[in-house]
Amino acid sequence: MQFMASKQPENSLLGPESDSQRTLYPYVTGTSVVALKYKDGILMAADMGGSYGSTLRYKSVQRMKPIGKHSLLGASGEISDFQEILSYLDELILYDNMWDDGNSLGPKEVHNYLTRVMYNRRNKFNPLWNSLVLGGVKNGQKYLGTVSMIGVNFEDNHVATGFGNHLARPILRQEWHENLSFEDGVRLLEKCMRVLLYRDRSAVNKLQIAKITEDGVTISQPYSLKTYWEFSAFENPAQGAI
Amino acid sequence: MYVANRASDKITQLTDNVYVCRSGSAADSQIVSDYVRYFLHQHTIQLGQPATVKVAANLIRLLSYNNKNMLQTGLIVGGWDKYEGGKIYGIPLGGTLIEQPFAIGGSGSSYLYGFFDQAWKEGMTKEEAEQLVVKAVSLAIARDGASGGVVRTVVFEFSVVAFNLVVFVVLKINSDGVTRNFYPGDKLQLWHDELEPQHSLLDILNAPSPEPMNI
Repeated sequence: MQFMASKQPENSLLGPESDSQRTLYPYVTGTSVVALKYKDGILMAADMGGSYGSTLRYKSVQRMKPIGKHSLLGASGEISDFQEILSYLDELILYDNMWDDGNSLGPKEVHNYLTRVMYNRRNKFNPLWNSLVLGGVKNGQKYLGTVSMIGVNFEDNHVATGFGNHLARPILRQEWHENLSFEDGVRLLEKCMRVLLYRDRSAVNKLQIAKITEDGVTISQPYSLKTYWEFSAFENPAQGAI
Repeated sequence: MYVANRASDKITQLTDNVYVCRSGSAADSQIVSDYVRYFLHQHTIQLGQPATVKVAANLIRLLSYNNKNMLQTGLIVGGWDKYEGGKIYGIPLGGTLIEQPFAIGGSGSSYLYGFFDQAWKEGMTKEEAEQLVVKAVSLAIARDGASGGVVRTVVFEFSVVAFNLVVFVVLKINSDGVTRNFYPGDKLQLWHDELEPQHSLLDILNAPSPEPMNI
């Protein structure tokens, strides 16, 4: 069995018997990403945690990155696979720039590319263990989509990955509306992130919120959310019990 | 579990200015180090100047990521280059690359997360950093069955602190080069529930009895 820096198995003609690569399980993982469309573009939030099983091992992992001029990618799941995806996208954007034709890949195209990558890996039983959120604005058109590790993809006005699906989306369904202001959008995302902080074991209290508009991408500095624990029922949980 | 080597050297040199701390499977970490040393050597010849820490770390990452199904090794790359100064990169299982102000790894590191959260400070001196690392590894040896024996340090510039559990590396490079230090296990500070080692019970029994009280 050759040991090389490349990852192509040389005898994949053997089919299921060949020991071709497959990601069996993730090691260092990121938790939820939440995003919504607002008046000027897309807002996306993710914490900076890289968990190693139950250990909150890394607390300064950037899980959102700008892609080209018009897109922003957020990822949950295995961080090494996310780094590999960024590498693929780097190449994609490079080739796009090399055409030097005034055109550039928009968020819809990047989302489609990612969908193909994720789905094809799934078909080979060697998935990239990520759930991705791709947002962007091009020529005034806002775009927000998501792709999972098995290739499920769709676009919507608000999306979330991981625990965010269960905890954030109900909040977003109730409170999102068309043409949110920047402030309202940030507050809504923070509401979701706070719930995730209370209720997701893998959440870490250090997050970033990213904004993408026609003018470009801004990712905020890392910051922490205040939490409230002083309910009397927390201080005296057994009061009234017999 | 049998201790195959009670004094292994887990800090491995890749180039004059880059070292790697190895943990997990010794075979896997040794072969990865050997390949990266070989690639870096060629890279240095082509480049015409010393390789950067980032390049070394990325080579380790490529091997770790692309062979993730076969390898079981966590590595910490630390070094100094003229562009970015002292840098540390952690490369855990799976092949994630993460730049850190300090890094810990290996089985005993589980016992040190809390210790470092409390004790690590930005801008420590070389002496403070080395003392911190020796203390940390010593604490880990106290609680981790898979750690023990000796403590090794390698000292480089800027209190870049990187270490691996059973061994640690404080990397410091200055114009004097790189300094290696050795701390035998019996010379380390004693922790809770640990006793001063004795030659024999007989020495204790035969010890002179304490002076009667002088009132």
